Amino acid sequence: MKPKIAVFEFSSCEGCQLMFANLEAEILEVLGAVEIVNFREIMTEKGDDYQIAFVEGAITQESEIERLKKIREQAKVLVALGACAHLGGVNCMKNYQDQEEVRRYVYKERAEWFDTIPARPLSAVVPVDYAVPGCPIDKKELLEVTKSLLLGKKPSLPDYPVCVECKMAENICVFDKGMTCLGPVTRAGCATICPTFGNKCEGCRGLVDNPNVNSHKQVLQEHGLSVQGILNSFRMFEGYLEVAK
Amino acid sequence: MRDLSLSVHHITRVEGHANITVDVRKGEIKELKLEIVESPRFFEAMLRGRSWEDVAHITSRICGICAVGHTAASLRATEAAFDFVPSEQTVLLRKLIIDGETMQSHLLHVYFLVAPDLLGVGSVIPLAATHPEVVKRALRLKKLANDICYVVGGRAVHPISMVVGGFTRPPTAQELGGLRQRLVEAVPDLEATAELIKALPLPRFENPTEYLALKSQAEYAFYDGDIASTDGDVTPVKDYRQKIRETVVEHSTTKHVSGNRQSLMVGALARFNNNHEQLHPLAKKVARDLGLRAPCHNSFMISVAQVVEAVHAAEDAIMAIDELLGRGLKDEPIKVPVKAGSGVGAVEVPRGTLYHEYSYDSKGVISDSNLIIPTGQNMANIEFDLRAILPQILDKPKEEIAHTLEMVVRAYDPCISCSTHLLDVRFV
Repeated sequence: MKPKIAVFEFSSCEGCQLMFANLEAEILEVLGAVEIVNFREIMTEKGDDYQIAFVEGAITQESEIERLKKIREQAKVLVALGACAHLGGVNCMKNYQDQEEVRRYVYKERAEWFDTIPARPLSAVVPVDYAVPGCPIDKKELLEVTKSLLLGKKPSLPDYPVCVECKMAENICVFDKGMTCLGPVTRAGCATICPTFGNKCEGCRGLVDNPNVNSHKQVLQEHGLSVQGILNSFRMFEGYLEVAK
Repeated sequence: MRDLSLSVHHITRVEGHANITVDVRKGEIKELKLEIVESPRFFEAMLRGRSWEDVAHITSRICGICAVGHTAASLRATEAAFDFVPSEQTVLLRKLIIDGETMQSHLLHVYFLVAPDLLGVGSVIPLAATHPEVVKRALRLKKLANDICYVVGGRAVHPISMVVGGFTRPPTAQELGGLRQRLVEAVPDLEATAELIKALPLPRFENPTEYLALKSQAEYAFYDGDIASTDGDVTPVKDYRQKIRETVVEHSTTKHVSGNRQSLMVGALARFNNNHEQLHPLAKKVARDLGLRAPCHNSFMISVAQVVEAVHAAEDAIMAIDELLGRGLKDEPIKVPVKAGSGVGAVEVPRGTLYHEYSYDSKGVISDSNLIIPTGQNMANIEFDLRAILPQILDKPKEEIAHTLEMVVRAYDPCISCSTHLLDVRFV
């Protein structure tokens, strides 16, 4: 019997779900190997007898906590899809402001209609089995993780920093170009796509297992970032982690 | 005269969470609501205190489907605040990547989200077995559209190399040449897309409203222009607050976005109604073949206008590439004069006109921001259409009514996670 899969989202841009559709070359084969029972963004049918749940988005409301717990009860395997689900992602930037003031700033006199709690990753609410990191997730990695799960294997992620891939890609070091970069402490696996396209690593994949964050913060400071600038860099995607606090 | 109580919980095949609630007593609509249950994300608040360099990469994360559009509007707002005029190459590349996103988003909507309704199935998945050639064509075209974004921006979802002032890595002539050839070869696929939508029965429906779109003397506007209304008035983008108003509606504690009337429409059909004369030749022909004529007041025809625009975007991309190759691609240094100021950026994204407005301090740190999302602008008009169509179908079975109402919402291709904070939220 084909494994039954469901895709759910919480607070997010839904771009990581879109990456399923963006598996243009492989999507038909994936569809041949699994049965999708619940994927609201693309289908009307709704089934609750799934074994594998891919979950996108951060948790930012009380009601989302209950929904996520129900998904966890049903799913044998729960996969966090993308930076919001994995790390809390951009949503956590609001955690550094007064939550009441944040609501008033955006919704004005309607503020009380909008429930919000400090944003958090899925793992702050329920146990998460695996993550496909990144903002957005990488298509190839999504495919690899899906394949591993279908074969009953444990998906694994690289445990070395983006710098390693960046050197292999023969990119000029971002620091040498006068910019600052989170590559030295960020988990590789993205084919160093941002530095390759001329930008800096923003840390969307989270930290490697044993990052030397203090020495990295020192490097950032030496390259002219203020303390606030360093914190802002980490808070773009990693605001929930200790490193950004 | 019938009674009807109906609730469609979590409308499917739309981007984001929404419910429809209907209460009809003795043939009279007592209640009709499009309820938005998506969690709010507070981007405008989060932007405060962030540097100009990070703003576009943050606002891109509002929406995975129109990330390129959010990036472009954001860059334009920041550049307006700094009184910076980007190079011609930068503008051409931005137009090219917008063409890619327009194609990708429209094709996704037409093939994945609308076609299943018209072919009587619940999703695109069973179509892979019953209509494999349709699904394969959809995937081919989608890949081409995404590859435009990949080549120009580094990524289709959340582009990397589009930054304030220019591009951190312009594409190579070889990459653009490859895209050009594939775009030319895609013409039969685009024509087949038009044939597909022609063969599908779209409901007849007339409900005129005010149609708003950017308008430019130079071209069918996506990147630049003034705010034009089919009611005849034109407003410069910097004065958008005078045109797009949030107003309190009687019998409702919520605000709607409105222009001259109670509601307005933005997006593919609104652009077509304002700018159809500026479509490229094949797009014009496809519009004629599909029976799309301006002014069109049938919201179900939004999908047809999307097909027309997908064709236009492909033609436009070829022309942009020709111009870029003719000029020769240069590695342009990026120098941005940071200063205190405010700026508005507006671009046409797949679902309509998107506005970003920022205020910066002298160090280029954001102190204030305002974002107006297309789906938020369309919200009142979706309800206006639902109210207009419901009496016409009230004698049908309940399931059919629910299905038709869902189709109305889906026709607008609403992007709810994008527009959450602007939508009307009413609790039953």
